[in-house]
This record gives sequence, C-alpha cells and structure tokens, in this order.
Amino acid sequence: MMKRNLTTHHSATLSAMERQEEDEDRVKLFGFWSSPYVYKVEWALRIKGIQYDYIEENLENKSDQLLEYNPVHKKVPVLIYQGKPIAESEVILEFIDEAWKHHGDRILPEDPYDRAMARFWVRFGKDTLSPPIWKWFTTQGQEQEAAYAAAVEQLQILEKELDGKRFFAGEKMGLVDLSLGPFSYIIPIYEEITGVKLIKEEKLPSLLAWMDNFLNSSIVREHLPPMDKLKLRCQAIREAFLKNTN
Amino acid sequence: MSSTKEEAPAVRVLGLWASPFVIRVLIALRLKGVEHEVLEEVVGKKSELLLRSNPVHKKIPVLLHHGKPISESLIIVQYIDEVWSSNAPAILPADPYVRAVERFWAQYIDDKFPRGIRILKGTVDGNKDEIVEQLSTALQLLEEAFLKLSNGKHYFGGDNIGYLDIALGSHVGWVRAVEKIAGVQLLDAAKVPHLVAWADRFCAHPAVVDVLPSADRFVEYSVKYGSFFPTRPSLPTE
Repeated sequence: MMKRNLTTHHSATLSAMERQEEDEDRVKLFGFWSSPYVYKVEWALRIKGIQYDYIEENLENKSDQLLEYNPVHKKVPVLIYQGKPIAESEVILEFIDEAWKHHGDRILPEDPYDRAMARFWVRFGKDTLSPPIWKWFTTQGQEQEAAYAAAVEQLQILEKELDGKRFFAGEKMGLVDLSLGPFSYIIPIYEEITGVKLIKEEKLPSLLAWMDNFLNSSIVREHLPPMDKLKLRCQAIREAFLKNTN
Repeated sequence: MSSTKEEAPAVRVLGLWASPFVIRVLIALRLKGVEHEVLEEVVGKKSELLLRSNPVHKKIPVLLHHGKPISESLIIVQYIDEVWSSNAPAILPADPYVRAVERFWAQYIDDKFPRGIRILKGTVDGNKDEIVEQLSTALQLLEEAFLKLSNGKHYFGGDNIGYLDIALGSHVGWVRAVEKIAGVQLLDAAKVPHLVAWADRFCAHPAVVDVLPSADRFVEYSVKYGSFFPTRPSLPTE
C-alpha cells in the first residue's frame, strides 16, 4: 500500500552524504489536494509500485521549489526524478510508463496503433470533452444548456468507443482510464451541485458502469480526494463564476 | 505479391500542403524513408475519405496505414517512429527523461503558436501586440531549451532532427509568413540567434526542404484563402 510521506527523511543513522544521495534518488511529487491532474499521476505511481515523497503546495502561495521546477507554467503536478523535474500530467504519465517499464502493469499498450489510439482519446478528453463539461458547470441559462448538449454529444462518442468494456484499455485500466478517471467522481459532484444529470443510464450505460469500475478498482479506491471538502470547493467555484458573469 | 493499380498504397496521408501539422507527418515519413502517397484535400471541401477516416474531428492530417486511420500530428509522428523503429534515425530520443522534456516543449509549442499565428494572420480576432510578446517570450524559452537539449549540436535532437525539431520547425513557414503579413519580427537574430540558425538548418534539411515551402508561398496562401472562411476562419486542420 503506497503512502505519501509528508516528511522527507526517516532515517537518522545515515551519514549526511548518504542522506543527500538517498534524497536525490527519491521520487517526489508536488501536488495539490483537489487537483485531478495530481491524482492521475499518483494512481500511475501506484500501478507501478513506486514510492514517492509528496509535497502539498499552497497554490495561492507557491513554494520557491515549485517555481524553480516548473517556471514555465508554475503548476502542479510536477514529478521530480533523480533531481530533475517533469511537468504536465500527460507527459508525466508516459514518463512513468517508460522509466519503470518493467515494474507493475504497462500503462500504455505495446502495439503502436493501440498506443496511437490511447493518445488520441487522452487528447479528446482534454481538448474536446473537458471544455463543455467545465462550461456546463460554470454557467447558467442558455449558455449552460448549450454546453450541456455539447458535453452529451462528446460523451456519446466516448460511450461508443468504450462499447461495454470494463475499462477503455480492456480488462485492466490504462492511460485513457487514468486520464479520464477523475470524471468518475467529479461529474457526480457537478450533477449534485447543478441538480442536473449529465450521465444518464438510458443514454450512456457503458460510461456509467465504467465510472463504477474505475472508482472501485483497488488502485483508485485507496486514493481519492476528500469528497465533502471537494464538493464545497466545487460549489464555491461555480458561485464565483456565476457572480463574475452577472 | 506485386501491387496492382487497384491496390491502395500502404501508407497514405490526407493533407494540405500549407498545414504545419501535415508538414510534420511528411517530414517524419521522409526521415524514415517510408514510401507514401499524399492525397491533397481541397480547401473548403472535405473529402469523403477524410470524413470517414476522422469522423470525430474531421481534420487533417490523417495517416492511413494499410487503411487504418491515425490522426493528430504529434500522435502520428510518434506512431511513425514506433512502427519504423528499425529505420534510422530515431525521432524520439532513447532516454525517457529527455523524451519527457521534448514532449513538454512540443505541447507548449502547440499551445502557443497555432492560435498566435492565426491572430497575426488576421483570420481570428485578437490583440496582435500581446501575441507578438507572447510568441517572443515563447521563442526565448525555446532558445534556452535548444541550448540545453542540443548540447552544442545542430538540432534539438542532436546530430539529426527529432521530435522537437519537427514540432517547432513545422511552424517556421507560417512564422516567417506572419512576420511579413503583420510586419513583426519573431525569429529575431538579435534575440534568439541560435534558433534563427537552427531554423535555417532545419529548412534546408533533406527531409524538410521539399515539404516546407518558402514564407512567400504561405503569404500567397493567406491572401488567397484569408477571406475564405468568414465564420470559421481557421484552416481545416487540427
């Protein structure tokens, strides 16, 4: 069972140099408790059985370390491998699969065509599906209705791709599952807050089942954000957006 | 078995010569020495084959390999590298960390340049001064990245062009074209000298020279099709 270590050193008997070497070799992850991108990386590390030190960032007061490691975007997640930073969750996920190729399950498939398809659906999730879902959650009235319709249209495409499979990758979860995974708990929260169902059983049965499969998988169920806290945060975000547009 | 006239070539590219995303695919295929057929789309009218091959986005480029479609230029480039892995040179670097760095910058490039270029071309509304500053900053960062990654050699990929060279280099045609159209300086030798030298080398590379036309041709294209899409101004590419 993977644990996040909130302190960086545990052994007082190592010499200073040994401790420094050990520290440099430790995988580190800079994150934020509500960031879905951070969770994707953490699930991937768990699939591979990689121990890591977790550093919680205060996004309103970013640490010097974070700014040094990710000067371009100043965002989390950032993975530190042998003292070197990697940013952007999709990039990190592929890195994890390649750096620990022989540990745990493969995150991307072996076959080049299947890999291309996996990457395609990851981009779809990011560029085509996320924007209308976000718009639906942060607007109201006609704008919200239009966003809802657009989101359902994209979800139907995804439903067709999933086609009754347990996971997008097949019997075990893979890159696409990790990448879309946060929707499995975020969408229900959005539905609760807006009072509108986005994923209806009659229209999107495979996706509904997939959300359940994902949340109940051994990797995911042991590491999810605190839902009550997350729901309050989402609520505050929606209210802030609605206020700004009035 | 010899191929007959009825058999389609094993590798086909659905594209438009002026699309930097299509250019990436062509460079990758040429780099690997893969025989391929290019099917040029008609601007403003998507072919049945395109609509069938990329039903989700209906955009070029699409690579058809034994009839199976792959879309999204950077995904296609990686596919080409993986399928023809025994053909030198390798497009992506061998080391996972360096791969991650190149992928990071490729994503960054596509976040900044396509939209910026469309605004400077005038086909999409936007603040041109702001965009020039954004792109100049981006090029500055890429200049630094070039110094780190090239390690004194000619390309981001070292001795030969690689993934990041292709990702950025494919935009050079339009970058130089919008410099003329908007009257701005982006690839400024005073600010990003290494990138300017790299751009010249990239454009002259044998795998690039025949698929990345001069800036003037892109300017002509812009003049010809600039007003073609009054409500959907962007190219029918990704």
